[in-house]
Amino acid sequence: MLKGIYWDPIIWIIAFIVIGVIAYIVRAVGKKEYKGGEQIKPYLSGMEEPSKEKVHVRASNIYWGFFDALKGYYHTMKKMHSGNINDYVAWFVGIAAILFVIMFVVVI
Amino acid sequence: MNYMLHLPALIIALPLFAAFLTPLIDRAGKKARNIFVFIFMAITFILCILLAKDVFNNGIRIYVMGSPDPTETIPSQAAVPIRIVLEIDGLSAFMILISIFISLVGLIYSFSHINEKGGKFYTLFLLMVVGMLGMEMTGDLFNLFVFLEILSISSAAIIAFETKRGMPVEAAIKYIVISSIAALFVLFAVGLLYGEYDLLNMAAIAEVMKFTNIDKIALILFFSAFAMKAGAAPMHMWLPDAYGEAPGSMSMVLIVTTQASLYALLRICFTIYYQHLNIIIPSAIIILGLISIFIGVTMALAQEDIKRLIAYAAVAEVGYILLAIGVGLYGILHGEIDKYGLRALQGGMFHIFNDVLDIGLLFLVAGGIIYATKERNLNKLGGLAHSMKYSSILFLIGLAAVAGLPPMNGFASKIIIYEAVYKVSPILSIIAILASIIMLAIFVKIFHSVFTGPKLQEIKEAPKLMLLSMIIIAALIIFFGLFPDVIIKNIVDPAVKSLIDNLPYISKVMGG
Repeated sequence: MLKGIYWDPIIWIIAFIVIGVIAYIVRAVGKKEYKGGEQIKPYLSGMEEPSKEKVHVRASNIYWGFFDALKGYYHTMKKMHSGNINDYVAWFVGIAAILFVIMFVVVI
Repeated sequence: MNYMLHLPALIIALPLFAAFLTPLIDRAGKKARNIFVFIFMAITFILCILLAKDVFNNGIRIYVMGSPDPTETIPSQAAVPIRIVLEIDGLSAFMILISIFISLVGLIYSFSHINEKGGKFYTLFLLMVVGMLGMEMTGDLFNLFVFLEILSISSAAIIAFETKRGMPVEAAIKYIVISSIAALFVLFAVGLLYGEYDLLNMAAIAEVMKFTNIDKIALILFFSAFAMKAGAAPMHMWLPDAYGEAPGSMSMVLIVTTQASLYALLRICFTIYYQHLNIIIPSAIIILGLISIFIGVTMALAQEDIKRLIAYAAVAEVGYILLAIGVGLYGILHGEIDKYGLRALQGGMFHIFNDVLDIGLLFLVAGGIIYATKERNLNKLGGLAHSMKYSSILFLIGLAAVAGLPPMNGFASKIIIYEAVYKVSPILSIIAILASIIMLAIFVKIFHSVFTGPKLQEIKEAPKLMLLSMIIIAALIIFFGLFPDVIIKNIVDPAVKSLIDNLPYISKVMGG
């Protein structure tokens, strides 16, 4: 009656080994004479490269485009999540009330 | 004395006994107290395994409190069950296994960071365990309310435990206010059913249920109270406060406490009202599930506090469980149980287990980060992978699991849910998959901002006991991802069978 999951775990393990081997081969064909230093510095039109600490992208800057596109939605959501216990209770009682209305008014 | 016969009572009595003894043992020193609590929890864990094994092999177990014969549900001088009955079927066994295991791992984790006021902390923790296990084993509605109250009050005190910060106290007050209102709903519903049928036993009520208007009122009261306590949106607002402010280990244990409420919701729908449910309840569960998924993932993406972010992801995970259960119930009502109903329930029940492992691991790692850095704002964290190598790998495992990436356990349950939900409506399935992709984006955000980048401060890796707890959970995540059939066949399927057939549950108490 109830069927289980239809994959073979061995396949997953083999897949990981194969992917691991490919990754290792790709890494192995890299230039052995690579030594870092000047080679790894980005060229910023001759400008000095800022320190890594200064350019690390912080959490609130990630997905800014997503938030900008949905700012109307997030404005409503932040208003809804007021942190006020009265609002928490209102939502709870409100949902119960809606269910009562559906159960006794809409269905009948 | 046949201890096996008294297992259900012992499982509740042992942690309760230990809870009241812990403040005394605490006077003998921190080490003695920790060993004492661990021993009692380990014994309770073993007893739960024995009981669950017995239930899976031999069927439903019954225990009548205060009766000379613990299996005599209806006394000779009465026509209905009048004593407190503990009834453990596949669903209860599934839930107690999850609850006690997660509590035990949470306890090990707590040893590394709970030093001050430890006596009080472990007393409250053990009372939480009593409340959870009691809710999951009782066959009596009034006792369900009593255990719900024990659980709510002890949870509120645990949430407020770090009083120095102020915010936990506010979160606890919100939690106790909303929980008290939910408890009043439950008590009122119990009173309505008791007034109508003169019964408190769930199996007895299920047998005589007529689905009158009073029963419908009780159903809505139960449903809204337990859905809220389970963290279903838009009644979820208390959850990020509570999970976010609780001590590190307890955020994970709070997940199983909310799942105890989810269990109560299942018990009400699938045992008491099973034969009388109309389309409203599955539709309401599906809608609440979708709202939870959507609000959970989108709000998580906008958070800057690491624990609040994970808490919103937990709301989304509850949404997946509700979606699967709603679709399962919908399939049962439409006579399409074999087509997708069973599969949906299987996915939903499996996801209950996976949710607590995946979100639990993320909470544990977040607790380790906060312990090591004393910082919870994502904007102020960065480069932790330099110092917290193990934690970063463990977080990556939790991240992959919660986003439903193969071969983690989250993938195994989500693929079953997508498959079953697709047969009802491809749109629902697409929404669920898209939410999972956003979930991945959420945790990529955390991983990038917390672990990658230049080293910003000198910190140490999380303590060994914290790492041990995380490793236990991570190992299970990988194991159940690779071998999902182990858990599905052994503990998920018996739970699903209990859900779709309430007659054995009723006849075990009522006879016949």
